[in-house]
Amino acid sequence: MAIKSYIEAVTEALAEEMEADPRVFVLGEDVGVRGGVFRATAGLIERFGEDRVMDTPLAESAIVGVAIGAAMAGMRPVAEIQFADFIMPAFNQIVSEAARIRYRSNNDWDCPLVIRAPYGGGVHGALYHSQSVEALFHHVPGLKIVAPSTPYEVKGLLKAAIRDEDPVLFFEHKRCYRLIKGDVPEGDYTLPIGKANVKREGTDITVFTYGLMVHYCLEAADIVAKEGISAHIVDLVTLKPLDKDAILEGTARTGKVLIVHEDNKVGGIGAEVSAMIAEEALFELDAPIARLCGPEIPAMPYMPPLEKFYMLNPNKIADAMRKLAEF
Amino acid sequence: MTYKHEELGLTREQVLEMYRYMLLARRLDERMWILNRAGKIPFVISCQGQEAAQVGAAFAFDRNLDWMCPYYRDLGIVLVFGQTATDIMYSAFAKPGDPNSGGRQMPGHYGGKRFHIVTGSSPVATQVPHAVGFALAGKLRGEKSVAFTSLGEGSTNQGDFHEACNFAGVHKLPVIFYCENNKYAISIPEAKQLACENVADRAIAYGFPGVVVDGNDVLEVYRVFKEAVARARAGEGPTLIEAKTYRLVPHSSDDDDRSYRSREEVETAKKRDPIILFSAYLRETGILTDELDREIQDAIMKEVNEATEAAEKAPFAEPETALLHVYKEE
Repeated sequence: MAIKSYIEAVTEALAEEMEADPRVFVLGEDVGVRGGVFRATAGLIERFGEDRVMDTPLAESAIVGVAIGAAMAGMRPVAEIQFADFIMPAFNQIVSEAARIRYRSNNDWDCPLVIRAPYGGGVHGALYHSQSVEALFHHVPGLKIVAPSTPYEVKGLLKAAIRDEDPVLFFEHKRCYRLIKGDVPEGDYTLPIGKANVKREGTDITVFTYGLMVHYCLEAADIVAKEGISAHIVDLVTLKPLDKDAILEGTARTGKVLIVHEDNKVGGIGAEVSAMIAEEALFELDAPIARLCGPEIPAMPYMPPLEKFYMLNPNKIADAMRKLAEF
Repeated sequence: MTYKHEELGLTREQVLEMYRYMLLARRLDERMWILNRAGKIPFVISCQGQEAAQVGAAFAFDRNLDWMCPYYRDLGIVLVFGQTATDIMYSAFAKPGDPNSGGRQMPGHYGGKRFHIVTGSSPVATQVPHAVGFALAGKLRGEKSVAFTSLGEGSTNQGDFHEACNFAGVHKLPVIFYCENNKYAISIPEAKQLACENVADRAIAYGFPGVVVDGNDVLEVYRVFKEAVARARAGEGPTLIEAKTYRLVPHSSDDDDRSYRSREEVETAKKRDPIILFSAYLRETGILTDELDREIQDAIMKEVNEATEAAEKAPFAEPETALLHVYKEE
């Protein structure tokens, strides 16, 4: 196995799927000649040509809408929205169209589309290059949402998303792109969409999280481990559908639940995880469910101290872990 | 002398077929209003006045090769592409036999893979980028297919219309954008929708031709579409066609058009009813006689009656089927 970065796993998954299936093509702003502003599609245009690595006009609704049409026509488009923050002009195409095509046609049509979008902050991106938008789509039946944290999961899940028969939003945390490295098996493999992963076994508290925060939670777990607190860390990986079994099992494991995400707390993914536990595992709990999330402001400001204030970090998470463990 | 349909290479049978489709669309539409006013179906949205614009356009395509992304008034288009009177009535009564959505969507939300009709929704102009996607897929696969999409003049103000036209223009894709300009977006007149004279004038901004056509003249619509389809198949890119039409009835069964346009205006428009105009043309050429017309009219009424009865009698789906088909079932 080779050690690869998170973003290299993206590129490798795309290249292998394009190699294996002529229906797969990528489209978006800057994805071709430039290879993506983050270089996620670097080298693909040289291998597959400008028809299959298509630089499009700067128009998000068209990027998604055209991809929807191509998907219905039997292709396997992978549309890139350069930053998740810019997905809003395509919201109607994703929510009113892609998500409902199977349902509204009574299963006559399907929409095997992947939309990749870098999300999240901590990169001096200010309000409009830092947002977590997953909760906006979490409410929508017909969509699947994947937000992996490791290169291994990125490759296996992106391939699964491309082969999926329904629209998948694939959110890549941009701070993970070059920060996070890990073993990635050579060649073809897929991972199931809808499965959470235990990233650390523990006995005192259970933490549910995803994306960059998985890594911060693991660091925080190391910190509190020195104080005798054993944290069980569950990476949700897929945000829609949530892995209910893993959530209930993780809850029962310790009876104390902390949910950590970078996105705002109100109406966030953590709210749904909390409700799921309250409905189905209340009597497993030994403490109120705790949530540690971004503050209730639109997104992180540019000024470094303000950005730092918004972002969670291992120390903030360790504090929340201690508080819960002491309850 | 040579008649126009002969110049266009259309046979007597073909023009009669066009006439039949226009009439079938009109009669189905009229029947749905009656059913609605009788409280038997909840909703109607109309094609009345736009039959020539639709049938003339649809005849220019290859029904086994090309892809339609129609809008909610395109009853004429979907009939030409193979939907039957019974299909339309199943949709009106929201019965499982509705090929568009199995009764899940309101009438007018057309679709059906076997008809080469792409499923549509209610937010307007969303289908325009989809048509571009079909054109792109055809090009990537090296096929000769052409994609068609239509919308009203109000909908040409949506971002999706402009984004899709621009995308198709830049990539020279085989797609035809069709505006059936019926002068009103519900109650808002054309003058409050467009600052330019014609929707077709917008095409210059996307780098392809814009064509204005009399939407009451089925043969003229057919002619401009034939040209546009040929251009698209030859790899010469998109065309924007604007048919000048008139919607003879309210926007939908829930609208009262007396609040925003005069009866005189509607009566004047009725004098140029495309079915009357085409019927006159067919009589002038000797193709249509009173006797043949009666035969056709009777056959269509029989078809509409039988379709109505079949759809009304058909049972609804089991309520729990509402849960099906959110995702592909394993």
